[in-house]
Amino acid sequence: MDTLKVGDRRVLERHDFPSLFRALQAKGYQVVGPTVRDGAIVYDQLSGVDDLPVGWTDRQEAGKYRLERRKDEALFGYTVGPFSWKKFLYPSHERLWTASRDGPSFVITPEPVDGPPLAFLGMRACELAGVSVQDRVFMGGPYVDPGYAARRRKVLRIAVQCGQAGGTCFCVSMGTGPGVQEGADLIVTEVLEGKRHYFLVQVGSSEGAAVLSDVPLKAAAPDDPAKADAIVSRAAASMGRALDTDGIHDLLLKNLEHPRWEIVARRCLSCTNCTMVCPTCFCSNQEEVPDLAVEKVERWRRWDSCFNLGLTEMHGQAVRKTNLSRYRQWLTHKLASWHDQFGTSGCVGCGRCITWCPVGIDLTEEVAAIRTVPPAPATSEGKK
Amino acid sequence: MTEARKPRLGVFKFASCDGCQLSILDCEDELLAITGAVDIGDFREASSAVLEGPYDLSLVEGSVTTAHDAQRIKEIRAQSKALVTIGACATAGGIQALKNFGNVDEYRRVVYARPEYIESLATSTAIADHVPVDFELRGCPISKVQLLEALSAFLQGRAPNLPNESVCIECKRRGTVCVLVAHGTPCLGPVTQAGCGAICPAFNRGCYGCFGPQGTPNTASLTAELKTLGMAPPAVQRLFRTFNANAPAFKAASEAAVAEAKAP
Repeated sequence: MDTLKVGDRRVLERHDFPSLFRALQAKGYQVVGPTVRDGAIVYDQLSGVDDLPVGWTDRQEAGKYRLERRKDEALFGYTVGPFSWKKFLYPSHERLWTASRDGPSFVITPEPVDGPPLAFLGMRACELAGVSVQDRVFMGGPYVDPGYAARRRKVLRIAVQCGQAGGTCFCVSMGTGPGVQEGADLIVTEVLEGKRHYFLVQVGSSEGAAVLSDVPLKAAAPDDPAKADAIVSRAAASMGRALDTDGIHDLLLKNLEHPRWEIVARRCLSCTNCTMVCPTCFCSNQEEVPDLAVEKVERWRRWDSCFNLGLTEMHGQAVRKTNLSRYRQWLTHKLASWHDQFGTSGCVGCGRCITWCPVGIDLTEEVAAIRTVPPAPATSEGKK
Repeated sequence: MTEARKPRLGVFKFASCDGCQLSILDCEDELLAITGAVDIGDFREASSAVLEGPYDLSLVEGSVTTAHDAQRIKEIRAQSKALVTIGACATAGGIQALKNFGNVDEYRRVVYARPEYIESLATSTAIADHVPVDFELRGCPISKVQLLEALSAFLQGRAPNLPNESVCIECKRRGTVCVLVAHGTPCLGPVTQAGCGAICPAFNRGCYGCFGPQGTPNTASLTAELKTLGMAPPAVQRLFRTFNANAPAFKAASEAAVAEAKAP
């Protein structure tokens, strides 16, 4: 076996794909990736190739998601499901520490962060970008989130480039995909050519190379990189949505009284689904949960949302009382003030917030409406 | 410290099925801790021993459906430092509030052999419609976890940490695939308050709203979506008219569906 370097490309035949699982498991990784459950493709623990969504795809539009059979046996022939990798790095509910009485004082025991290193199999380009955004949130500043950092450092990222886009995808607009740019340990492109089914694997890091040392690989053909590029181009050309990001920061922040906010607020359920499925949304609440005898108290962190009244509750009153104020907060933060806060957009163009909104609110449509319809001057002035 | 009098707890029943009181007894592992923390003064579902009021905390189950009960809740309130309603009946009038939408005299004649024996108000109403309520526990029945949190909060002199967010956030936290978006199943989760742990969608059923309206329920928008899923107005009306039919937001939603069904 030759020694692989970053940037090297090799071919993994479909019938050898199980050996990738075995190699990961032998190195101590718990493999997590796509699997079919309850009518959707979700990310969960995988024990082998048979757990993958073999021959399945998804059809997505605003407020609607359906699984469908493919005509082939593709392993990664779908786009993205309801749950991002966020749930593994930043669990939806997590005990942070426990405090117990100790005479007149108390003792705090931090929650250990353990568990095996995870191999994320099947990360899309937009999802790598999503993790990168959350890395800045949880590890980028002076206060590093210890649990996130501990889990994140142990993750192996196996990216799969998209060969097709979903009905709500717009990664091209956000500059995050569908081709994998950076941040993956291995970059996989699935190739289905008549009866031949193989994967072009590109090494992204020394950790990725180490995994491949025990996997049977073939040399890539001279035209394989061009084939991968063509597959990615096909996905890029089939985006279901587009978002014009030109000047979007000022566009949104200078239109806080635009009549469109009222229109979307009438549809918004304030149900939190968009924020829950978003791979970058990071809001949480922390609460102390004491036992009845107050001998022990646990601090829990749970996913929270800017659509919840409680998120802005101070002195018993919510600051953002209306659907309008909460939707506007979410969209302006995601697409505008996120730049001020973290130096990047909070949106990676995965389209989950569009698909999984029960009433199909589409942020690309909302931004387009704010861009094209000028605010009514009388209303705007009247409110000032 | 240990000699101090323990807070006295009363548990009172109005028009209800007793299921929420049973949720207290269902706290099997925590029951000893509860009885260690409070003196149970009056809890007839559990014990015939009764301690006189006043009560530091009264848990009230059930709705007000008789003139006698409308008076009795005032007496209980007068005997209670804090009063917490438990369940959909006490908080919104319960399933029996369906009578609010009908003609009670007609029901009485049809159902009872001797209707003149039945003394009943025309409506089933929430406890808060009659006396001030300090906190409301939602659900049909209530959640044991929420009950323990409310009890702890009361004993510790703090506000209960029970947010009025939607059921959707619980589905997402537990990793349930959205039954509305992925299956086209009608679901009240987006307008219903969390607290149950999103049990029904986890079993591929739509939420039927037993915890009542969430903090800012947009029933008009959800109704429009339910119609695109193929629900006719009478079906929407029935969906909103179950355990929390008389909760203001759900009542308005069902009445809007009625109006639409009648519209030419």
